[in-house]
Amino acid sequence: MTAQSWGLLALFLAVTLLAVKPLGLYMARVMEGEPVAGLGAGARLEALIYRFCGIDPAGQMGWKRYAIALLVFNALGALLLYALQRAQYWLPLNPQHFAGPPPDSAFNTAVSFITNTNWQSYTPETTMSYLTQMAGLAVQNFLSAATGIVVAIALIRGLARHSARTIGNFWVDLTRVTLYVLLPIAMVLALVLVSQGVIQNFSRYKTVNLLQPVTYQQPRVNAAGQPLASASGAPLMRTVTTRTQTLPMGPVASQEAIKELGTNGGGFFNANSAHPYENPNALTNLLEMLAIALIPAALTYTFGHMVGDTRQGWAVLAAMVIMFVGLYAVCNHSEQRGNPQLAALGVDQLPSSQQSGGNMEGKEVRFGIAGSTLFATIATTTSTGAVNSMHDSYMPLGGMVPLFDMMLGEVVFGGVGSGLYSMLIFAIIGVFIAGLMIGRTPEYLGKKIEAFEMKMSAVAILVMPFIVLMGTAVAVSLAAGRAGTANPGAHGFSEILYAFTSAGNNNGSAFAGISADTAFYNTALGIVMWLGRFWPIVAVLAIAGSLAAKKRIPVSAGTMPTHGPTFIALLIGTVLLVGALTFVPALALGPIAEHLMLWSH
Amino acid sequence: MKSIFRPALTLLLVLTVITGVIYPLVVTGIAQVAFPAQANGSLIKRHGRLIGSRLIGQPFSAPRYFWSRPSASSPQPYNGLDSGGSNLGPLNPALIAAVKARIAALRAADPGNHAPIPVDLVTASGSGLDPDISLAAAYYQAGRVARARGLSVAEVRELIAAHARGGELGVLGDPRVNVLELNLALDTMK
Repeated sequence: MTAQSWGLLALFLAVTLLAVKPLGLYMARVMEGEPVAGLGAGARLEALIYRFCGIDPAGQMGWKRYAIALLVFNALGALLLYALQRAQYWLPLNPQHFAGPPPDSAFNTAVSFITNTNWQSYTPETTMSYLTQMAGLAVQNFLSAATGIVVAIALIRGLARHSARTIGNFWVDLTRVTLYVLLPIAMVLALVLVSQGVIQNFSRYKTVNLLQPVTYQQPRVNAAGQPLASASGAPLMRTVTTRTQTLPMGPVASQEAIKELGTNGGGFFNANSAHPYENPNALTNLLEMLAIALIPAALTYTFGHMVGDTRQGWAVLAAMVIMFVGLYAVCNHSEQRGNPQLAALGVDQLPSSQQSGGNMEGKEVRFGIAGSTLFATIATTTSTGAVNSMHDSYMPLGGMVPLFDMMLGEVVFGGVGSGLYSMLIFAIIGVFIAGLMIGRTPEYLGKKIEAFEMKMSAVAILVMPFIVLMGTAVAVSLAAGRAGTANPGAHGFSEILYAFTSAGNNNGSAFAGISADTAFYNTALGIVMWLGRFWPIVAVLAIAGSLAAKKRIPVSAGTMPTHGPTFIALLIGTVLLVGALTFVPALALGPIAEHLMLWSH
Repeated sequence: MKSIFRPALTLLLVLTVITGVIYPLVVTGIAQVAFPAQANGSLIKRHGRLIGSRLIGQPFSAPRYFWSRPSASSPQPYNGLDSGGSNLGPLNPALIAAVKARIAALRAADPGNHAPIPVDLVTASGSGLDPDISLAAAYYQAGRVARARGLSVAEVRELIAAHARGGELGVLGDPRVNVLELNLALDTMK
């Protein structure tokens, strides 16, 4: 690893950690329903919304009602997003006159954005109208993020409250998170991004004149648009010269800001954050990475504050940071080392004062190896799945890191809310294992962990591996699944495994060579995304309800502390053990096999 | 059920208006007033004609221009409507074949140059629209460009150095030059 790679990591972590306490405290205030200084106008708007929607802000919900409200809200959101896509041709703000996407693609996209996955089987700049992007996709960037956060808050309340029947009010939580946390930060970030070159307009696509005309080959087609072939079956090509380049436009910055802040990751353009109009320079790259980490990291402080012991939050954050540094180091080292097959051709891949070197296939010069691998690590340890470099072209082990990040269940920072609630489930499993070892009833934060909590924790943790591995198995068994791979051999298997891992964990990044815009993948991945999102959420809310009802046991000599180094090690061990035991066999068939083949040449 | 259905639907619609209509319109309004050039694509105009964007790369193949990075977009390189990478895996024979062809093209255009070729000049970018090349890739091409334009190598290297960027805050941004800006500057020289 180069000094620059370490330096960028240090800068990124320093800014993130500095923001944890102030933002964490602010979110705790917002979620505890306290009036927020400086947002008096917001309070009036909030009251107006509740009156208009027939919501009693003082009414509290038990976990079942909270879960039903969440599911109904999200199901309606999915229907609305589906309808909006299908109807976009007849709606305004469609200067390129795009038709609506077909049903399987629209279904996949609707589920994808509702579940905070933002898997994209479509090419945005030639598919989606500005209205669909901003009033459909970007709206769910806000609401799916808010949904994740309120589930984490509900679980925290379950731990913090005792002998209580309720865990909060879903409508109020959702509204407050959106209005007071997501909107203001997104607004500021969007404007900073514009100042750096991210576009924000409603113009038609622009045509510019190239400095040097470009000549290229294009397949010849008949009157019906079918490609023509010669007698021997080779496609007939014709030579074309163009003097122009078409530049896509649109309201990008407003969507880019919430795309990162809400750990969503769905790009306005096909190249996602590699596109210069989404991520024009190294500074915007840093800001986008910070925006991804900000809320998941700060929620650990919110957690510590709400349960009345901030050390608990710092312990969880410490476990996250330790794993993050390790994962980044492996990814960065692998990419910086470069491709031995290119070295054999005499290509210069060594870092110097004039280039970043390394494996630059699928990477942008302005980000280099450091800015690409740090982005890949933060986008896959969280549920973001944005990419500023193409993971499919990473070296085998470099590409395995994003894959493994997701397989750990996205608990290293993790998605907004989903990272914290998944990590707290691992904490419960961790104290359970420790309890078994020392022969005591496990407890966490003064709450006894009993059969119901353990069953629900097992459900929450095991759903993901089950749907990922079953989905992959089905896809490699079917011709329709195998047909999608773009690369031969073990790498093709990795593409399929990556797709289902990404969908099951609601990440949304891809080994993007895979052709996923087919009826098979749109449907299969749509189902996996839905189950991977809402099955664990219901289990987590059940745990929240059960814990809230329990009495708090006072700390005694036999209580295992859950804020020291021992607990941090236990938590990391639990996460790695569950992730590794479940997925190492699958990884051996994909990236590990490919790595051995590459270096044995 | 109605007690859940009504708030769910109305809240969804209200929040859609706030986050999906008001928010992007307010951002657009402020952006168009405060940063109009950036918000509209950092476009470059010469003699009343749009000739590109500072942020979006263009393809070059003439010896007298600096070449941009290979682009995986189709059917033509640097197609603004088909952003993306090649997604070829590191072991894929197609990747190795493509790199070999690019090396051959660079060598053919500059037969006397036996320096190792910087990696970014023979690998496709992530966006297919990468506006930059590394400083190393620019210096590698300096001799060819100088010869094709009848300039001295020192003049061309000076021009590269004047356009060099990178190293913001010590750790941000890799050493690079913007190819379109560099080529436009060349055209005003000669």
